[in-house]
Amino acid sequence: MSTGAVGRAYPRLEGREKVTGTARYAVEYPVDGITYGWAVPSAVVRGRITRVDTTQALASPGVLAVVHHGNAPRLAPGPEPELWLLQEPAVHYRGQYVAVVVATSLEAAREGARLVRIDYDAGPHSTVLTDDHPGLYQPDHVNPSYPTDTAEGDFDAGYAAAPVRVDVTYRTPAYHNNPMEPHATTAQWRDGRLLVHDSNQGATSVRATLAELFEVPPESVRVVAQHVGGGFGSKGYAKAAVVLTALAARHVDRPVKLALTRQQIFGPIGYRTPTIQRVRLAADADGRLTAICHDAISQTSTIREFAEQTAVYTRSMYAAPHRRTTHRLVRLDVPTPFWMRAPGECPGAYALESAMDELALAVGIDPVELRIRNDTEVDPDQGRPFTSRNLVACLREGAQRFGWTDRDPTPRARRDGRWLIGTGMAGSSYPARARPSSARATARPDGSFLVQINATDIGTGARTAIWQVAADALGVPPERVEIHIGDTALPTAPLAGGSMGTASWSWAVIRAAQTLREKLQDLPGGVPADDVSADADTTDEVGGQPTLPRYAYGAQFAEVRVDADTGEVRLNRMLGVFAAGRVVNPTTARSQLIGGMTMGLSMALHEEGLLDERYGDWVNHDLATYHITGCADVESVEAYWLDEHDDELNPAGVKGIGEIGIVGAAAAIANAVHHATGVRVRDLPIRLDKLVGTSSLA
Amino acid sequence: MRAFRYHRPADVADAVAVLAAEPQAAYLGGGTNLVDLMKLGVQRPDVLVDVTRLPLDTVEEAPDGGLRIGATVRNSDLAAHPTVRRDYPVLARALLAAASGQLRNMATTGGNLLQRTRCVYFQDTGKACNKREPGSGCAALHGQNRDLAVLDWSEQCVATHPSDLAVALTALDTVVEVHEPDGPRDVPITALYRSPGTHPERETTLARGTLITAVRLPPLPAARRSTYVKVRDRASFAFAVGSVAAVLDLDGDVVRDVRLAYGAVAHRPWRAYRAEEALRGRPFSPELAARAADAELAEARPLRHNGFKVPLTRAITVRALSELASS
Ligand SMILES: Cc1cc2nc3c(=O)[nH]c(=O)nc-3n(C[C@H](O)[C@H](O)[C@H](O)COP(=O)(O)OP(=O)(O)OC[C@H]3O[C@@H](n4cnc5c(N)ncnc54)[C@H](O)[C@@H]3O)c2cc1C
Ligand code: SF4
Repeated sequence: MSTGAVGRAYPRLEGREKVTGTARYAVEYPVDGITYGWAVPSAVVRGRITRVDTTQALASPGVLAVVHHGNAPRLAPGPEPELWLLQEPAVHYRGQYVAVVVATSLEAAREGARLVRIDYDAGPHSTVLTDDHPGLYQPDHVNPSYPTDTAEGDFDAGYAAAPVRVDVTYRTPAYHNNPMEPHATTAQWRDGRLLVHDSNQGATSVRATLAELFEVPPESVRVVAQHVGGGFGSKGYAKAAVVLTALAARHVDRPVKLALTRQQIFGPIGYRTPTIQRVRLAADADGRLTAICHDAISQTSTIREFAEQTAVYTRSMYAAPHRRTTHRLVRLDVPTPFWMRAPGECPGAYALESAMDELALAVGIDPVELRIRNDTEVDPDQGRPFTSRNLVACLREGAQRFGWTDRDPTPRARRDGRWLIGTGMAGSSYPARARPSSARATARPDGSFLVQINATDIGTGARTAIWQVAADALGVPPERVEIHIGDTALPTAPLAGGSMGTASWSWAVIRAAQTLREKLQDLPGGVPADDVSADADTTDEVGGQPTLPRYAYGAQFAEVRVDADTGEVRLNRMLGVFAAGRVVNPTTARSQLIGGMTMGLSMALHEEGLLDERYGDWVNHDLATYHITGCADVESVEAYWLDEHDDELNPAGVKGIGEIGIVGAAAAIANAVHHATGVRVRDLPIRLDKLVGTSSLA
Repeated sequence: MRAFRYHRPADVADAVAVLAAEPQAAYLGGGTNLVDLMKLGVQRPDVLVDVTRLPLDTVEEAPDGGLRIGATVRNSDLAAHPTVRRDYPVLARALLAAASGQLRNMATTGGNLLQRTRCVYFQDTGKACNKREPGSGCAALHGQNRDLAVLDWSEQCVATHPSDLAVALTALDTVVEVHEPDGPRDVPITALYRSPGTHPERETTLARGTLITAVRLPPLPAARRSTYVKVRDRASFAFAVGSVAAVLDLDGDVVRDVRLAYGAVAHRPWRAYRAEEALRGRPFSPELAARAADAELAEARPLRHNGFKVPLTRAITVRALSELASS
């Protein structure tokens, strides 16, 4: 790390292409003979297709084919039942794609889709999560491989004996990932080989899934994802769009483009599961936690188990002698929930950090101080010291920057005209992990270098960050380094997810660069005309890393105003301080952190998937009715970070910053709303209908 | 999406003639509502008659002091018009509280008045909706109805009218100038919209094919003291969950005249005559305003998820009038 590109605020390498519109997204590549696909969602929740009548659709101008379970190319029944599309008449949830219409224009495909007549034999369904659902069960483990339940000490006894207790239940609704670019694919088959331009978070795994489903060798599949317009987790693995497009292209034997509509991504591409979370906290008179229990209920589908790790956050955040966490699931007739930014940690932290606020009031201690008192150097879950834990430093710096120090804890004590003003805060943490990756570094005779890795930049600035790391590892100015990502023709790499992209990719890039430098030392005559390359694969090194508690931390602060008459809640300002290892690029890091915080604001105040049980469907499925925080809602959001060095992480020393910004953000806002109004809303989002007319507001 | 023909009429008569001859034709204003609904399959016209190039795009001051606003005047231009801003602030505020800058640049006065409800079931051809498909049922009545009506709904439809502009125009006693197949006619805006009753698919009293050519604001000096209060679920770019258009004319502290209209509570912009009645001739106070709102909302019949609209509308009535009284 000699030249010092890491830590500098470079603008995104592809920024100019993006703002001038020349950066190509999945369905923007010009392809000769292209056709257009339109997905047809099921109109029933659970049942069987009894008849598909394509007569009218096929007679409609421009329509080339209707692909459905009766005529679709066969797929191997793989480990992902969700992707076994158009293979069987069974319908498992409303919105399941049951056909694809292919036509010579987008409009013709859409009209054709309307004309496909499908008859169903529909059965009864259950789509609403409740805490007394007869289907509640205990999964074998929760995502990705945590124990379902944990217990230490004797919670019941510890709780019963404590002088101060809080027993509260929080609810969060379904949240829908809404990246700007929907799930979209261009697929082309040629001589048994498949080329897809696809919007995903990890082309390596998409290729593997396609190869398995279509029963072709992985070398015959190429997945390109140069620019991706966001994913927030929903594009973590191959999803329906890419499978449908490849199926359709094979069926019509022509290239096909397919992009899901905004309406079509509400559900079938995954969403954050609704949760019901009971948190019980007990403390002594000084606010030292003696017992912690977090019981989380969430949902999965009937075709795949997705067990979100909602209460796992609570296992390591604060210490107490008596602790218990549990997870229960219900299989509903719904699309399978999936990852959404900080799955598990985000809703879990909302509940725990809200309960901590309730405890602070109950015990009469400042909420920042309460968290400091319950800090721990040893992971209560693993029983080992954290590799680094700077929660207290974040809390202190945040409190100071935010101006928390002289806060009067009394609810509803501050007013500015018609506005009630309140402040709130929360802790935040997210695991710092890495996955094996490979990479290649090449030296060219002209003194330039090429770095190749199938990493994905979903808009985060990952391309630029890896480029900076590569330059330092090669010991040259970054201008001499060219970087190629987003293509399975490049060395395989893990997905952009779990806040481990940069940690994993830079690890392999650094190792490839080191090997290349060694090779170059053995070449006194300089780089030969046909270049010199070095490959790295970190599988053994990453796998051999000791299992230690590695976490990033943060402290979130918020000030809200609540209209005393109408109950409207607006955010005045939000401030976060994070400790997340080395920050590679302050510009893109800041965007990730404030983006996460803003998404937490959206979760706290705006977003809610409204389900209609009769239809088994979310009814607000566009951006006019599913509200996401808009610019005008974000009056001020600031993110800071501490200088943190941790040698137990990875060669780049990073912890990952994609997700921690959202963790705790909703709790900080909810706590501020309580401070402003004296009303504790325990089911998100906190909208005016939950505050208007409440007596304490008047 | 259904294939359609596009027609650019030579003049108003041509536009009206095409609609009369083509049973499935529709006028196209800015297209910000119609085109969305066409993509969703909710509306399926086969001919679009683009009215935006007709000479209906001017705002003229009438000799008597009123204002005549052409049907194709864009929402953003109307909001920025100096006379509107000075003489009818309620109108400028209602426009600026709606949609987004881009949408307002496209949206026309006529199209805004005739935009369709935002009821989520109406917009989804996979769900029952009497307004979209008469006789199919009203999914909203016992479904997700937080955003829907508390006043004047029927078992057949509980939708609300979404326009902010229409609420302001309703408070201002606007006259809508229309061109029907058999000629021009004036329609008071309070007689333009219908209650849902048993035919929620009929939203206005206009005959099919009627073109809106202009709206006429009568002179109303009191409107200089007017405002629009809109409550929404986020700070911008959201339809109202409650709104009030108010004009207040005080003689000392006595209410000489008042105009009040509510948005987001009924199938049509709701002129609050009873509240006006309760206010007129009495010394103004916030308590009086609250009692007036109560008089208006006494007949409210909240649905399962929208009971909050009653205290909300009451609160913003008090807010709007109190602000005007003290301004
Ligand atoms: C995301 C979003 C948010 C929005 N938020 C708001 C909001 O907060 N408040 C609000 O008030 N509105 C809001 N709108 C709605 C917007 O104001 C309307 O879409 C717009 O005003 C419609 O005008 P237009 O000219 O585009 O109408 P069009 O879409 O062109 O037409 C609408 C209807 O009017 C008919 N029509 C058009 N012109 C005439 C005419 N001259 N004579 C007779 N019939 C005619 C058309 O046939 C069609 O049926 C929002 C819209 C969107 C998409
Ligand atoms: S309220 Fe009206 S628009 Fe909504 S579903 Fe019922 S009939 Fe349709």
